[in-house]
Amino acid sequence: MNKPKPDLSVRIGGLVMQNPVMTASGTFGYGPEFARLMDLNRLGAIVVKGISLKPTQGNPTPRLVEVPGGLLNAIGLQNPGFDGFVRDYLPFLRHYRAPVIVNIWGHTINEYASIAERFNDLPGVHGLELNISCPNIKHGGIAFGTDPKMARRVITAVRARTRLPLITKLSPNVTVIAEFARIAEACGSDAVSLINSFPAMAIDIEARRPILANITGGLTGPAIHTIALKMVWETARAVKIPVIGMGGITSAREALAFIIAGASAVAVGTANFSEPLSTLAVIKGIEAYLVRHRLPSIRALVGTLETGAVIPKPRGPGRPCA
Amino acid sequence: MLIENTIILSHRLLKGGYRLLTLKSKRIAPMVRPGQFVHLRLPSPADAVLRRPFSVFRAQAGRLAILYKTVGKGTQAMATLCAGDEINILGPLGQGFPNVRKDTLPLLVAGGYGMAALYLVAQRAPVKGIVFVGGAGADDILCADDFRRLDWDVRVATEDGSAGKKGLVTRILDAWLNKELHGRQPEFFACGPNGLLKAICKRVGRGGWDGWISMDRHMGCGLGACLACVQKVCKRDAAGRETWAWARVCTEGPVFACRDIVWD
Ligand SMILES: Cc1cc2nc3c(=O)[nH]c(=O)nc-3n(C[C@H](O)[C@H](O)[C@H](O)COP(=O)(O)OP(=O)(O)OC[C@H]3O[C@@H](n4cnc5c(N)ncnc54)[C@H](O)[C@@H]3O)c2cc1C
Ligand SMILES: Cc1cc2nc3c(=O)[nH]c(=O)nc-3n(C[C@H](O)[C@H](O)[C@H](O)COP(=O)(O)O)c2cc1C
Ligand code: FES
Repeated sequence: MNKPKPDLSVRIGGLVMQNPVMTASGTFGYGPEFARLMDLNRLGAIVVKGISLKPTQGNPTPRLVEVPGGLLNAIGLQNPGFDGFVRDYLPFLRHYRAPVIVNIWGHTINEYASIAERFNDLPGVHGLELNISCPNIKHGGIAFGTDPKMARRVITAVRARTRLPLITKLSPNVTVIAEFARIAEACGSDAVSLINSFPAMAIDIEARRPILANITGGLTGPAIHTIALKMVWETARAVKIPVIGMGGITSAREALAFIIAGASAVAVGTANFSEPLSTLAVIKGIEAYLVRHRLPSIRALVGTLETGAVIPKPRGPGRPCA
Repeated sequence: MLIENTIILSHRLLKGGYRLLTLKSKRIAPMVRPGQFVHLRLPSPADAVLRRPFSVFRAQAGRLAILYKTVGKGTQAMATLCAGDEINILGPLGQGFPNVRKDTLPLLVAGGYGMAALYLVAQRAPVKGIVFVGGAGADDILCADDFRRLDWDVRVATEDGSAGKKGLVTRILDAWLNKELHGRQPEFFACGPNGLLKAICKRVGRGGWDGWISMDRHMGCGLGACLACVQKVCKRDAAGRETWAWARVCTEGPVFACRDIVWD
């Protein structure tokens, strides 16, 4: 007799996904790049490369370098801008049932709010992911996501202008990431996703020059997984909204670890480069795990970490969103 | 374009640290066009987060060969593979060279492993042409005999003079263009270091000819998604002014028309 299949579906705000596996922004293009190799409809959600109001050229090359256990990238958020995305990619994405989440960014609060607003009532876009790891050019280039006051302001401004489910993507470049998750929750985010890349650099010792043209870049891949896991665990204990875990997923193992630590969903990034079908393998592996552990649904696994010790929850409720 | 698990049929050490890797590839090999490449997954994925791009050297009847030089940790890991081992490839990727036209004289210009990317051009061309190949020394002159077997004229230059004429490949090319072109219409197909490609484009521009170059860029996905591999190309803006835009070497390239490249 066939056993009933476990229920993999998850809900992020008003967004229902058939399974918890999404693509990490910037590692999957806008969809068509992978569509010749796989059926995009099998994904939990498609998260596209970061979009800004105006087209952005990004950084000079080299933009990417492999390092032990991962890679550094300094793409510089190259993208065709809102109009380019709507013209060149959205019609393609509308052919798919998988929800499309647009990752957005800006250099000022106003830019963030304006780009968010433009996605309202645009058929084919099902949610926004707010990348707050960008520098605020009006405030000396400090990243929005590393300053509690700026984070509060940008999330509040975007929330006020969008009707779509809003996922705030957290920067790991902070002392206590849960604090920023609580800010996101208090300011109206429907979910938080973490982590973005770690600032890092690599040097060509023979030439005594940085390998990346941008000098520094962001570290991603297997090397960051265990740090991301700790951050996801801390964050899931601090907020009630769903947490989306990412960082170094190469197989169902790392994805399951995020889920056990408290993530409701996960995103696969760097692994798409070496194995373009990673996302599908992760979905399959999660399903097999649920069957093996006789769990009826993915929800039954979320946050089931047994620590055997009483660990005080992180500091009280988030401050109200000013 | 697809992903295929292939089996290594043979793996031979050539001179100069180059190796010839022949794979059994039922599905990808028949699809390959000259100048396209495959993205190869290393045998030890534990410490390699990225695949490695290689031009397809030969492709026929379910076999695909690449010609590569060991230069770093990925190619060193590849060098340990033996016949019978499995290797995963993604391809064929990118836009290859256009078909050689009957009414032109194809001139292939290569440096180092650039020869690998050009072999299929010669093999599938409807007319014979000339191959100009250069390298540091005799050990860098690869597969010249493969081209001779196709009845192509091969002209060699080495910097140390250990094979062919002493000097850069552009030197023998220039001498030939001055003395032996005889008003014919050449069309260039080049692959090699950036300096060589730039030198070829300069000559192509001056002569008002057609020329195609295959570019080499560090790659991430190979699929057009990560935007790591970009190259500046000419573009006209809405007002018709000349400006530039990024093109992805893995997707719009690796072969570009000389006239489209913006050199920094
Ligand atoms: C379209 C294309 C076709 C190519 N065809 C051939 C070929 O036919 N034969 C051949 O020997 N080589 C070819 N190369 C170069 C080959 O990809 C590199 O030599 C190889 O990636 C080096 O890997 P590594 O780990 O040994 O070197 P490492 O220096 O350890 O590599 C570190 C990183 O840099 C990248 N990298 C290093 N050198 C190059 C390079 N020259 N080009 C692109 N990426 C590089 C690697 O892929 C890796 O991500 C081609 C490159 C491209 C882009
Ligand atoms: C090449 C590249 C480009 C990226 N671009 C973006 C981006 O545009 N916006 C964003 O929020 N995150 C971006 N990221 C970060 C990823 O979405 C993800 O947070 C990070 O890579 C960690 O996951 P991983 O270890 O599985 O790759 C990018 C990552 C890489 C490797
Ligand atoms: S290698 Fe990723 S876009 Fe070209």
